[in-house]
Formats: sequence, C-alpha cells, structure tokens
Amino acid sequence: MALDQSFVGRSYPPTEPYEVGREKIREFAEAVGDPNPAYTDPEAAKALGHPDVIAPPTFVFAITFKAAGQVVQDPRLGLDYSRVVHGDQKFAYVRPVRAGDRLTVTSTIEAIKSMAGNEILDIRGEVHDEAGEHVVTAWTKLVARAAEEA
Amino acid sequence: MTAKIAYDGVEVGAELPAQTFTVDRATLVRYAGASGDFNPIHWNEKFAKEVGLPDVIAHGMFTMAEAIRVVTDWTGDPGAVVEYGVRFTRPVVVPNDDQGATIEVSGKVAAKLDDNTVRVDLTAMSAGQKVLGMSRAVVRLA
Repeated sequence: MALDQSFVGRSYPPTEPYEVGREKIREFAEAVGDPNPAYTDPEAAKALGHPDVIAPPTFVFAITFKAAGQVVQDPRLGLDYSRVVHGDQKFAYVRPVRAGDRLTVTSTIEAIKSMAGNEILDIRGEVHDEAGEHVVTAWTKLVARAAEEA
Repeated sequence: MTAKIAYDGVEVGAELPAQTFTVDRATLVRYAGASGDFNPIHWNEKFAKEVGLPDVIAHGMFTMAEAIRVVTDWTGDPGAVVEYGVRFTRPVVVPNDDQGATIEVSGKVAAKLDDNTVRVDLTAMSAGQKVLGMSRAVVRLA
C-alpha cells in the first residue's frame, strides 16, 4: 500500500521535554564502550569549554526516534512498522547535547518515495532546548520493505 | 570547543588512527538498555531468523556510535563534531559465541572546509564487508 503523499511537509507538535541526565549519558557512553572523560567527568568537560558533561554524538537519536514514533505510528499515514528498517541517519549539531538540557523535538515528514515496492520515509527532527535555542537536527530515513508475495 | 588537532597542520588525505571494536551479545543487550531500542532482531536469534536475517544483528546506531569514535578520539573533544551521517548498507552479524563480531573503522581527511572544519570520510568493515556507506563527519579543528 502506497503511503499518502499528502503527508509530505507535515509537522507534528513538539514533544514534551526530555531531561538529559548525567547518569543517562554515562550509561550510554559505557554501552558503546567510550571512555572519553567529556561524557562522565564535569571537570574534563569544562576543560573543553562545555558547561557540563556532554553526550556522545549519536545519543540524541534515542530522543528523536521516540519523537518520530508520532509519525511512524500515525494510523492515517499507514506505515507497516514491522517491515521498517533504518536506511540512513544524519545529524547536524549547533552544539553538543549536555547534561541538564531539557530537549523538545519537532518532527517533520520531508519526503515519501516509493522505489521497487519499498516505501521510503524521510523524517527531520529539530531539537531545541528549554530556551528555544536550536541544538541539533536529526534526519532519519526509514525504509518499509515491500511485502513478500503470498 | 577545543579540539587538540590544529586545522593548519592537517592535509587532505591524512589518515586518522584506525580502530577495531568488538561486539558480542552482551554488548547488544547493554546497548538496547541504554538506547531504549529493544527490537528483538538485536537479541533474539529465533526472531531474527524468522524475519529473514542470518542471525542476531547489531543496532545500526551502535555501529554509527562506534565509527565516530575514530573522529572523537582524534580531536579529543566530541563537541567538535558539526555533522555526522551514515547509510546502513549491511548488518553487523553477531554470532552467539565467545568472539562475537568486530567492526574495523578507518577514516581520512577528505576535504578542508571553511571555518576550521574538515570532512572526514569513514570506512566501517565487518566480516570483510562494508557495513556503512556515505559515512562522513564534519569536525571543527583548533
């Protein structure tokens, strides 16, 4: 079933704030095995010019992908999530995410394409802090593989 | 932001120190918990095979997180990363054995850009195949 092209350009309401905690950053850094002290030691982060520990570059995906759930689970769009794989991922940072941030995400459908029976969905997530300042933009390409012939 | 690599001292073609990362089933369980991505293809072999995969596969975002370490370990300051993007071309298959899988990541400076930034092109290999495509980071140097 082709996705509804009229959804291109549609934005969803900003999410409730996600509060970034030092210990969540530590947990993530340990899970990817990255000992960089900027993730766990506030003094080391300050020495690099950051006000508190910063998050690894891909940390914010957990927040933007949850926000993208508004899109992928929108029954009016008609995406079969059980067939979805992650195609591409990109981030553009104004500054690193850091402990103490309260982040909201505004998701927008940038494109819907159909290729060889696959449905391709491009979602942009704009991440802002509590002051309304832009922190990072995440682009996520999802591919819903064509259903197998019965 | 205080990267430890000076822009003026870097030439196009310069290679970043390559790294090899290991990933086993325990790594994936831990990453699932930390990232909130509990898709069973990353921990349940039966489920993974039912949906047509050869075995449990690593989260693409795990591989993406490992690959950028070649850049952040080079600059010292992870906050110096301005842009980072990848294409997930092949899965990293993680067998249930003592070894798990390895991801070999190399990077080189592909272009010098404005504002003390450089573009680094990354290559990530597992089991002899490229697992990321179009893997590029823009990073601000000192």
